[in-house]
Amino acid sequence: MRYAFWPGCVSKAGTPELFPAATAVANKIGMDLVELDQANCTGAGVLGERNEELVDTLNARNFAMAEQMGLDTILTICSTCQGVMSSVNYKLREKPEYLAKINENLKEEGLEYKGTVRVTHMMWAVVEELGLDKLSEMVVNPLTGLRIAPFYGCYILRPRYVLGMDEHPDRTQYLEKIIAALGAEPIDYEGKLRCCGFPIMTINQDNGLKMVANHTLEAKDKGAHALVTPCPLCHLNLDEFQPRAASKAGESIDMPVLHLPQLIGSALGFNVKEMGLKRHIISTDNFVEIAGIS
Amino acid sequence: MDATFKVQRYDPESQEGSHYEEFEVDLPEYGSVLEGLLDIRDHQDGSLSLRCSCRSAICGSCSMKINGESRLACKAMVSDIKETEGDIITVEPMGNMPVIKDLVVNMDMFWEKVEKIEPYLQPTGPEPEKEYLVSNDEMMKLAVAMNCIMCGACVSDCTVLEVDKTFLGPAALAKAFRFAADPRDGAQEERLESYNEPTGVWDCTRCFMCVQACPKDVAPMERIMDIRSMVVENEIDKKGRGQRHIQGFIDGVKHSGRLDEFGLARKTFGFPIWAFELADLGIRRILRLRLPPIIHKSIKSAKNVKKIFENLGV
Repeated sequence: MRYAFWPGCVSKAGTPELFPAATAVANKIGMDLVELDQANCTGAGVLGERNEELVDTLNARNFAMAEQMGLDTILTICSTCQGVMSSVNYKLREKPEYLAKINENLKEEGLEYKGTVRVTHMMWAVVEELGLDKLSEMVVNPLTGLRIAPFYGCYILRPRYVLGMDEHPDRTQYLEKIIAALGAEPIDYEGKLRCCGFPIMTINQDNGLKMVANHTLEAKDKGAHALVTPCPLCHLNLDEFQPRAASKAGESIDMPVLHLPQLIGSALGFNVKEMGLKRHIISTDNFVEIAGIS
Repeated sequence: MDATFKVQRYDPESQEGSHYEEFEVDLPEYGSVLEGLLDIRDHQDGSLSLRCSCRSAICGSCSMKINGESRLACKAMVSDIKETEGDIITVEPMGNMPVIKDLVVNMDMFWEKVEKIEPYLQPTGPEPEKEYLVSNDEMMKLAVAMNCIMCGACVSDCTVLEVDKTFLGPAALAKAFRFAADPRDGAQEERLESYNEPTGVWDCTRCFMCVQACPKDVAPMERIMDIRSMVVENEIDKKGRGQRHIQGFIDGVKHSGRLDEFGLARKTFGFPIWAFELADLGIRRILRLRLPPIIHKSIKSAKNVKKIFENLGV
């Protein structure tokens, strides 16, 4: 299937290993990604604190570009971008008068959003469009013996009414299903649906670090070999800030955190370099060894 | 309709500690979780403690965790839950507040936080001869926040309160918006200064838990963001990290179309503090060859994005 692809800013900067891993996996599983190279930042929830109309206009701009390309679905690999886009799209499609107002803001650039775009995340598309059976068939390196803790991140879970959860109530279990389809064992733990703490790291780092320590230590207690997340911002916090969280908690944690495409790619036969598994702050060596990745 | 309830029990006078007990109940087709619990209390175990009153989602007494999410037991339909969440209905007391017995929690902390935000109008100037007049439009802005029934569901699910009990929390801050944005109030500046302090609006992590939990669509997190906007607009604390973070974010996207991570860190923490604050992270990144592009690139159509910002006065 063909998608308008919005990788998000962080997949090419803060977590530079994500973009190549995601595009390699997409290519392998038959997702045809056409990148929206003139799209703008979705605002990540921050711009909305200043001006909601600005965020709605910026996202409508991206949607209009996808429509211009003749594509009806935007796929992203960033949960936060997905959350902001879904929420703006929900609002614009519900309120035609407001959409008309937003389109006035886009006129100068010759753009108009007609309201036809659907937003999805790679995690959703893997389950809903590729299918778990097909994914399992593609596995050449089953991740047997690995216990993986899912970590969803807020924007792909809440608020449910903008995220299509009525139509797909089991979207809250996709990570577990993908983990199982790849041959690994999903771990159940309290932290999987909670917040990683990233949005408050510049304001109240102590609280953010406590969240990191709580989730990673809980996953460790439950015997997880690694955490997996569909959100690059959660990755930034859980991986990059884990050493600080560990020293604050006074315990060693060493819990590797994988991007979802890296986990999928590891089962589909990609090697360590292709998946960027050596580029994390917390070593993935143990995961790599058990998974038997070259 | 048969249903299995798995209820968390706790009796401070017993040695047993917190544990779960299962009950089978037979409910009418449209039975609520509350009706199930009352049926258990009336016919199976009279010692089960819970709070409830109106049974119509008005009084806000029966908030509790149902399958891990805080909801009003009277509004949660057993048939809906069985259809989408499975056969067993797990009922636990609210989170973030100490349990007194079974499903009853001590809400002192909740009320103390509401009191802290001074939840009453503080008009200034001479009293008008008749009532204070407020336009419909202005009242509509407040109406959402005024729907709050003080049930505590948002506080129960708040992820920040889980790690920091000093945070004012979603219920108190939604109430704070209701007064700070009321045109009859004369203490707006003092309020915004107070809500801008540590433990106030900037400590919210925007996790949407409260938006999901609120049975009255108050969307407390959105109200917290409304206060943040008011703090920024009124230039309450231009040097505060919260405001600098938003401004740094705006600057990056406005001029390049994309998030400028280096620029954002520099502007949020201020020069040269950012270099010290992030030094250990930077060193680890260098060792892992995980450096983001040092020179931030703009998208080709960045000037069009800038125009959108300018036209909207941002």
